[in-house]
Parts: sequence; C-alpha cells; structure tokens
Amino acid sequence: MANELKQRHINRDELLMVGIQTGGVWVAERLHKLLDLSQPLGKLNIAFYRDDFSRIGLHPYVNATTLPLEVDDRHIILVDDVLHTGRTIRAALNEIFDYGRPASVTLVILIDRNGRELPIQPDVLGCSISLEQGKHIKLCGPDPLSLEIRSNS
Amino acid sequence: MNSIQLNNQGRLKHFLDIEGLNRKLLINILDIADSFLNIDTKAVKKVPLLRGKTVVNLFFEPSTRTRTTFELAGKRLSADVLNFNINNSSTSKGEALIDMLRNLEAMHCDMFVIRHNAGGAATFMAQHVAPHISIINAGDGQHAHPTQAMLDMFTIRQNKGDFAPLSVAIVGDILHSRVARSNIHALNILGVSEVRVVAPKTLIPTGIETLGVKVFNDLKKGLDGVDVIIMLRLQRERMKSALLPSAYEYFQSYGLTESALKVAHPDAIVMHPGPINRGVEIDSSVADGPRSVILQQVNNGVAIRMAVMAISLGAVSEQDSN
Repeated sequence: MANELKQRHINRDELLMVGIQTGGVWVAERLHKLLDLSQPLGKLNIAFYRDDFSRIGLHPYVNATTLPLEVDDRHIILVDDVLHTGRTIRAALNEIFDYGRPASVTLVILIDRNGRELPIQPDVLGCSISLEQGKHIKLCGPDPLSLEIRSNS
Repeated sequence: MNSIQLNNQGRLKHFLDIEGLNRKLLINILDIADSFLNIDTKAVKKVPLLRGKTVVNLFFEPSTRTRTTFELAGKRLSADVLNFNINNSSTSKGEALIDMLRNLEAMHCDMFVIRHNAGGAATFMAQHVAPHISIINAGDGQHAHPTQAMLDMFTIRQNKGDFAPLSVAIVGDILHSRVARSNIHALNILGVSEVRVVAPKTLIPTGIETLGVKVFNDLKKGLDGVDVIIMLRLQRERMKSALLPSAYEYFQSYGLTESALKVAHPDAIVMHPGPINRGVEIDSSVADGPRSVILQQVNNGVAIRMAVMAISLGAVSEQDSN
C-alpha cells in the first residue's frame, strides 16, 4: 500500500494524511511511518457527521478531530481500516469539506468487504474479503494490530 | 431526584436541574463539550448533528448572554432556531404557559429552551410536553440554572484539571441565586474537597448547610486559601426588602478587590456568571485582571450548550426508536 501511494503522489509537499478514528488512525500511523512523511498526521472523528444520529443518539467519546494543517488546496490521503457500507467515508468527506476545499482526496482502505450502500470505492486497497450478512470484520489494536471476524449478536 | 430528566435508558432527555444527576452524566457533558471547542477552527463553524431540528428559545426574563449562546449553540449544531422574548406583560394577555406550549408543539418544534421567573417552570413544561420534545432549563426563578453550572464546571476543569483537591468559594447574593444552587450541586456531585458560601447573613438562605457547604460571613476568612472564586451578581431587582444598606457599603465588605484576593491561593481563578456590576461585587482591576476567567466562561457557554442540546435530542431519538 505504501509503495502504491508513493507512486501516486509525486509532489509530497502538499500532502495531508488523515486517519479515521480509531482503526483508520492505526493504519495511517503505519503508512505515515513507512512513507516517512514530514507533515503531521491528521485524525478525524466523524461522530458528529454520522447519518444515524436520529436513530442511535449521541454516544460519549473522547478522541476529537485534529487536522494539524489547512485543508485548502492540499492533497488528502484519507485512511480507514474497513470499507463496508461507505457511510463512514461519506461522513468523513463532509467533515473534511467543512474545514476547507482540498485539491484532491485519495481513499486508502486496508480491508474492502461486500455490502456497499453508497457509490464509494477505494483508490488504494490492502485486500478484499467477502462476508455473509451479519458478519463483521474489525481491526483490533493498536499494538499489535490484528483482524477479527465477529457475528452480530 | 428529578427522574423526568432521564429516558428509559438512563440518558439525559430534558436538562432541568443538576440535582439528581450522577457524576458520570456530568463528566460526559464536559467531555462532549470538549470536542465541540475546536469547532471555531473550521472554515464552516458547524456540525450537522441537529440538521432539520427546530429549537425554540422561550425567554420570559431578559437575558443577553444566555439567550445568544443558546442561539449560537443551536445554529452551530445546524438546527433552526427561533427566539421568543416574552415580556411578562404579554403572558398577562391571558395565555397560560400550557396553551403556549400546545401552540408551539403544533409548529413541530423539537426542543424548547426556557427561562422563566417562576421556579419549576421548566419542570412543569417537561411534565406536560409531547414525548418527542426535549426541554432545557435556561434559568427558572431562584431555583436552578444548570447550563451555567456546567459551563462553570467546564471552566474549572480547563484551569484546574482535577476536581477532588479543590476548595471553591461562592461569594455574594446566595439568597436570590439559581446559579449558586446549581453550582453547589454540581461541585458536590463532581466531588470537590470543599464548597464555601460567603455573604452577609441577610443574603444566605436558611438551611443552606444541608446542601453540603460551609457558611462564611467574612470575605477574607471565606477566601482564605481557596482555588476557585465564583462571584455572584448582586440582584438588586430581586430584592424586595431592605437586605443591604447600600451598594457602596456592600462593596466595602464583600467586593472582590486585589487586596481581598491576596488571601486566596496564588493560582486561584476568579469567575462571574455575568452581567458584572463593576464596583459593587467586583472591582474592575480584578474582573479584567490576570486571574479572571470570565470571558473564557462565555466562550465555554456555547460548547456546553451544544453538548447539552445534542445529548438531549439524541436521547429523545433513541427513546423513539426503542
């Protein structure tokens, strides 16, 4: 994934890598290190942008969004652990655009699974997996990182 | 215990009073408010949490700070906000509170923020309102002002970190102050080591000790070694009887001056819910001085009110879906 990203972004000056809390941040931290990026890593918490607030309410959390650099005219590398329905990425894009107008957004995903509900696809992908409905794959971490498949109980 | 405030999951549905809430709930409000603080750094100073919701500010008493920060909080959560400033004279047209409530319900509003000069007004509305509507108390008579107390707790936490070791003095017109009552409950729930109230005997309600405070009638004794000083406004408009000789004499005995501040802890912070009577309860050099966190309180008011509004409307939704 790091190699693929290297090839994509020739101009490394205007990058901003952003991980989605919490699994996406863990993946982003690894990539950030492998690519040896000079810019600090951004962290996005999409809790305030979810589309199911009116169904599940607001749940307590502590990790706030931190974007260390201006978003305007920057090439954003958006990182998440699992891409499932696509709703998280929709929320993340909305939040990023409330900070400014990026030059581009590249979506980097560790695990792509079936069950998409929105027209959102990864640009750089670790691997794909097909799961039955009701099964979930989850990244556990941060140290060591491991993948777990769970059933809806 | 004001259990009407909680939904069947134990989450905050109406925010009426600090009394009866537990520590975990208060800490949750502070944590969520924390994450709303950096909203100012965004190009678009909004989050879409309450998009499509309608919030009505019902102010039966004049207010600038509280009403505008509630309005701003609602707008930053992307809600539509209506402001009703109702003079007591227009309620004397004969429209009862309950009729007004029914009319506003018919407009499909989702939340009422109410300030009223009668204690218990917000609770009364919460008891009679349709189940999908959330009520926030923005100050009721001399009873409670819970969002002010939470923004005070938020400001204390920002400056002092931990509540446990703190000694806090609330100074001034305790008798007429809903802010004092709500702050006393909040400080005790959050577990500070000591809450003091400092005022002349005529401005201390009888039996206040039962709320878990120490009473002082001398300013310098009351401020000795404290970490936090919460000044209260002298509410002359609420004083029906001659409780004080004059504002000048009050300032001589109970006004917070640089010299009175010397007995407090060297890092003590000075708070005031506003509006300030300069030269009555606080000297300008203290109000504008390095210990003062008064403007920080105002800024925190928006984040706290956003947190309370988002949590309460979230709990209403959750109840609906269960």
